[in-house]
Order: sequence, then C-alpha cells, then structure tokens
Amino acid sequence: MTAVRSILCFFFDVLESSLARFFPAQWNPLLNLGALGFFFYWIIAVSGVYLFIFFDTGVQDAYASVEYMTNDQWYAAGVMRSLHRYASDGLVVVMFLHLLRQFGLDHYRGVRWFSWVTGVVIIGMVYVSGITGYWLVWDRLAQYVAIVSTEWLDRLSLFGEPIARNFLHPGAIEDRFFTLMVFIHIAVPLILLIFLWIHLQRVTRPRINPPRGLAAGVFASMLVLSLVHPAVSQGPANLAQVPESLGLDWFYLPLFPLLERMPTAVTWGGAAILTLLFVAIPWLPPMCRLQPATVDLDNCNGCIRCFNDCPYDAITMVERTDGLPFERQPIVDPSLCTSCGICAGSCPTSMPFRVGSKLSAGIDLPDASMAELRTSLHAAAAHLKGDRRVIIFGCEPCLPQLLVTNETVATVPVRCIGQLPPAFIDYALTKGFADCIVVAGCAENSCYYRFGVQWTNGRLGRTRDPYLRKRVSDDQVRVIWAGRHGRRNLQHLLLKIDADLEEQKNRKARKNDRVVAERSKSHA
Amino acid sequence: MLRAAMQWVGQVIVYVILCAGVGALASWPHYQQIEPNQAQIKLSLAHSGQRSKKCRRLTPQEIAKMPANERRPNTCARQRVAVRIQLLVDGNQLYDAVVEPAGLSRDGPARIYEKFVVSACNHSVTVRLKDTPGLGDFDYETTKQVAFAPYQSLAIDFSTDKGGFVFF
Ligand code: HEM
Ligand code: SF4
Ligand code: SF4
Repeated sequence: MTAVRSILCFFFDVLESSLARFFPAQWNPLLNLGALGFFFYWIIAVSGVYLFIFFDTGVQDAYASVEYMTNDQWYAAGVMRSLHRYASDGLVVVMFLHLLRQFGLDHYRGVRWFSWVTGVVIIGMVYVSGITGYWLVWDRLAQYVAIVSTEWLDRLSLFGEPIARNFLHPGAIEDRFFTLMVFIHIAVPLILLIFLWIHLQRVTRPRINPPRGLAAGVFASMLVLSLVHPAVSQGPANLAQVPESLGLDWFYLPLFPLLERMPTAVTWGGAAILTLLFVAIPWLPPMCRLQPATVDLDNCNGCIRCFNDCPYDAITMVERTDGLPFERQPIVDPSLCTSCGICAGSCPTSMPFRVGSKLSAGIDLPDASMAELRTSLHAAAAHLKGDRRVIIFGCEPCLPQLLVTNETVATVPVRCIGQLPPAFIDYALTKGFADCIVVAGCAENSCYYRFGVQWTNGRLGRTRDPYLRKRVSDDQVRVIWAGRHGRRNLQHLLLKIDADLEEQKNRKARKNDRVVAERSKSHA
Repeated sequence: MLRAAMQWVGQVIVYVILCAGVGALASWPHYQQIEPNQAQIKLSLAHSGQRSKKCRRLTPQEIAKMPANERRPNTCARQRVAVRIQLLVDGNQLYDAVVEPAGLSRDGPARIYEKFVVSACNHSVTVRLKDTPGLGDFDYETTKQVAFAPYQSLAIDFSTDKGGFVFF
C-alpha cells in the first residue's frame, strides 16, 4: 500500500507542478477535484431540469422528444443535452482523480475512514445515475444498456421473472418499466446529493465551490465541446435487431462488454470482491491510532480558537462545567480527532515562556504535548554551535524531507506544522537558541491535516490568531512548504540563510567599525 | 506580460486536452456486439410444467374430516414437473436443458433466458418443449425456416394460450 501511495503521490506531484505553470495556485484543477465534482453536479442538475421539461417519459415517444431537443432546439435543449452528458463524464473523471489523490496522500485511514466509505457509496450512485440516464434516450445505445444491465441483474435470480424479458422483442417493452427508469434516474442523483452532504460531515470548511476562474474555464470548455461535438442519439431502439456498431461512453460503460461475456462468477464475484475491497481499504492496514487531543480546563478560557481551527470538526463548544467565570469550554470527540495538534497550536495558553511552571496548554496531545515540544526545542538548541544557527520546525508527515542535523542546523518535529504555536518561534529567537527559524510543512495546498499550512501562513502573516509577535522580524523566520523537491529546496534555503546571516554579521561589523571610527574622529 | 499570455495559452491547452479526452471517450472507440455476418436468437420463456402427480379424488371419509368451508372433491399436489427445452438450428442442437420449476415448493414456472449467435443466412430453427411427467415425446415442437438478416434478433417465446412457441 505504501508503495502504491508513493507512486500516486509522485504522479500527482508531477502533474500538479506542471499545471501550476499555467494556473494561478488557487486555480490548480488538481487542488479542486472535490469542488469540481460539485460543480459538475450542479451543471448536470440544472441541464437535467431543463431537459425534463421537453422529455416525454413514455417509451414510444422518448426517442422522438430527445431528437426534437437535439435537432430542432439544438441551440438550447441540444446544448443542455450535451452539457448534461459531458458534465456527467467530467464528474467521473474528477471523482476518480479525487479518489486517487486522497488515497495517494493517505487521507483515507484512521478517523478519515468515514469520508472514504461514503465516497465508495457515492461511486455506486454516480454509476446508477449515469447508466439509467443512457437508458432514457431509448436509442440503440439505450437498448444495449437496458439489455446488458437487466441480463446481468437477472443472473442473480432475485426477480421472479427475468427482467430482461421486458426487452425480448419490440412488443415486449412496457411503459411501466420505462417510467421506473425515469424515476430512478431522478431519485438516485437526489439521494446522491444527500450522500455528498454526509461525505463532508467530518471535514470542516470543505471546499465545495471551485475558484471562479477555474469554474469559468471548465464551464466555457464544456460549452465549446457541446457546440463543437454535440451529444447525439444512435438511431431509434429496435429490439428486433442487435445494434450494429455502438458508440459506448467509456466513462460509464467500460465494463459492459465484460458483463455481457464473462461468466456470472467473474462478474458478480468480481463486483462483490471489488466493493468489499474498496470499503475495506481504510483498514488495509489500519492506521496506528495516535492519542486524541485532551482538554485541560484549568488552562482554558473558552476563547474558541481551537474550535475555529480544528480541520475535522472534532471540537464542540459547550457550556462551562467547572465553575470558572467563562461561558464555554471545548470538548473533543475522540472518534473524529486525527491527533493533528492544530488545536494546541492555536491555544493562547501554549506558552513556552512560562519558565519554571509546567507548560500545560488548554488543549493538547497527550503523546506529543507542548511541554515535550519545548523539551525537544531545548535539546535541539543545546547541540547548535556558532553564530549562524538554524532551527527547523518540521511537520511529521514530511519529516524524511525536512530532517537536517549538523552543528548549525537542527530539526524539531511537530505533528502538523499547525501544531506549532507562533510563541515558540518568538521563544526560540528571544532566548537566543537560534539565529533563524525555518517553518516547514507539507506542500502548500496538500497539507496532510488539511489546514496546518493555511493557518500557519495566517499566524505568521499576523492575520489569524494567535499572531506571531511583531518583535520577530521577517528575515528571522523563513517558511518552506515541501513538495516533490522539498529536500532540494530546503538545502537551497539553508544555504541562502547561511549567506544572509553571514552578510548580516558583516554588515553589523561594518556598522560597528563605522561607529567606532566616527566616535574616535569626534574625540579627536 | 508575455508570461501572463503564456499562462492563458497554457490553460486553454489544458482545457482543450480535457475536452478532447471527454468528447472522444464519450462515444468512441466503437464497440460491436456481434459481427456483421451474424444474427442472434433469444430463447426465453416462463412456463409452468404440469403438476407432478395427477389430481386425485378425495374419498368421502377424507372430505368429511375437512373443515366445512374447505371441503372440495379433489386434492392436487403443488409440485410441477421440470420443463425440458431444446433448440436446434439446421439440425444441430444448440440447447437442451431440463429446467426446474421455481419456488421453494417447486410450484412456480420454469424460466429460461438464453442467447445464441448464428450466421446471418437461411436456417431451419426447431424448438421443442416437454412439460408433462414421464419419459415420452416432446409435447410441443415448432420448426421454421428463417432467413436471418445481418444483426437480426429473433426472439422465441412460449405461450400455451397462443398454442406453443411464438417467433418474433
Ligand atoms: C462526486 C463525487 C465526490 C465529490 C463531489 C467529493 C467531494 C469532496 C470534497 C469537497 C471533499 C473535501 C475536500 C476538502 O475540502 O479538503 C472531499 C473529501 C474526501 N473525499 Fe470526496 N468526493 C467525491 C467522491 C469521493 C470518492 C469516490 C472517494 C473515495 C472513495 C472520496 C474520498 C474522500 C476522502 C477520503 C475525503 C477526506 C479528505 C480528508 O479527510 O482530508 N470522495 N470529497
Ligand atoms: S488534534 Fe486536530 S483533529 Fe483533534 S481536536 Fe485538535 S485540531 Fe481537531
Ligand atoms: S484554544 Fe485553548 S483556551 Fe481557547 S477554547 Fe480552546 S482550549 Fe480553551
């Protein structure tokens, strides 16, 4: 699994950095796959409603009504039909890319199993929606889809009479069955929307809308495709004939030729095994459970920063129970907590300056506490020598790329870069532990714990609580978001810092010399 | 300036690739279910075989034992016999099966749904069915000369109301 993930990660990294050459950072399609899924869903929904106005739900007239839309009203209903089809295909593309990306980034295990498993249900629903959609046109492709899918369902012998008998000959098909398909094609996408909502229940602030520029680009290209290469029917269904050559939609129907030809054991057995495997992936192997965050009410003033920053909706603010004069207190739901420590990073009581007293934050990770972070900072600082010392605060998921230890550089790991309270940077510099601090985390838009990088940027930029204190100057803190070239970039950065510190030292020395010279001149 | 222009061009290229991919795979490459010189026979029926035991007259004593509102002259076993079906094309047997009745108490119809590919030319198609107990001859048999056109799909169903096999 680890090898598969690494390959996928590499693949996405290459693709993402290639796209980054053309797209502004926020518009990168690979960083908006879930949001694009929603965008395609809305295109499908709106065009679907329009099509339904003109669609005749009787099996005899369905084909003619679709032909009318495609030919007579090509400029409106025809375009809507094409948008409906191509957006459905686009949905499949972004859905699978999104799935692979979440898998590659290891965003599917531990408490994140929920998003994965609901995602698997979503795949099924997307396919049922798409397949029944093809059925409604009642052209020769619809005939093929109807026959192969009913024959496949019949192999389970669940229905008394084989349902494929509905398509035995031209006189066999009944309106009732066709109307059922129309109903399924409308009901399943609606249920899908509910499942999409459930899918996002365990992530806070999910990105469900792509940035405008990306949305405009995607919509415009779908529109152009619809005009240049409109979706058309493939001749009226004729059950007295096997369709000649068929233009299959390979996004929705790639398995149909197999369903038709392979024995039941392979098709149904394969479907069952694949589904089970997909559902079980988050536990193959299970993630080792890190200890969830715990609250220490004695150190909590109910400021709700932890609640605002938690990326997984694991914190709720409830009425105070300990009698202290604050309105609220946080509680952590361990089954939702990913143990990222971002809450501790945002807590104003994560204060390393409290010398002597035990460093105890209002909310903290028992197995990677603020007190331990301070201890490792002290230990790292103790080994550094010279006057160009650098301490790297690096996040655990990217540690292999960020770990540097020599006489002048030391790495202090944090669970997620969002676990680092800005006060620690201030502390390390004012205590003289280092001459420069490097804050290093995952690639900017692929934070392992979703918001670590974003919140850290806000804290260091002094736009998000808790702010980095003003007395820390910009050149004392450098930021690096690793990615495929993380190691190389870090090496470059360290060289640059070294040169800058050297330069600073020389400048200071020159200034000193000048002051001394001026003083001695004035004395003279 | 040039850089910005290059970015826009790059984006357009990405969108064109996306559209080309989606547009192409939405209906291409084409797929052929059967060859142009072939045709298909679909043999499907749902037919209840006869009861496996003949109905028997109840004796007056047996009738007397029954609750008054359930009294009737005959008793019939619910089970039905399995149905045997054969399909021959130009004398070659393509299908021969004994199909069990559906249902836990074997009282439902025997159902089949089978497809066969034949060459698209003249064929003599024979279908036979036996739905009575015992080893005797088939109860129904129909032979037809069919000139199969390429891609033709001939459906064969069975209905006692219509006197046996029906070709569509
Ligand atoms: C139409 C289909 C889908 C849509 C529109 C969709 C949308 C989304 C969105 C918007 C997010 C939140 C991302 C964020 O803001 O960080 C998300 C998260 C997630 N999705 Fe999907 N999704 C779809 C299908 C799937 C499928 C098929 C799977 C996998 C089987 C999946 C797995 C996940 C996982 C594991 C997360 C959680 C990521 C995390 O915890 O950081 N999704 N999805
Ligand atoms: S450790 Fe992370 S997931 Fe858990 S409560 Fe804190 S912020 Fe939320
Ligand atoms: S951030 Fe700290 S002080 Fe604020 S509510 Fe959370 S635990 Fe309490």
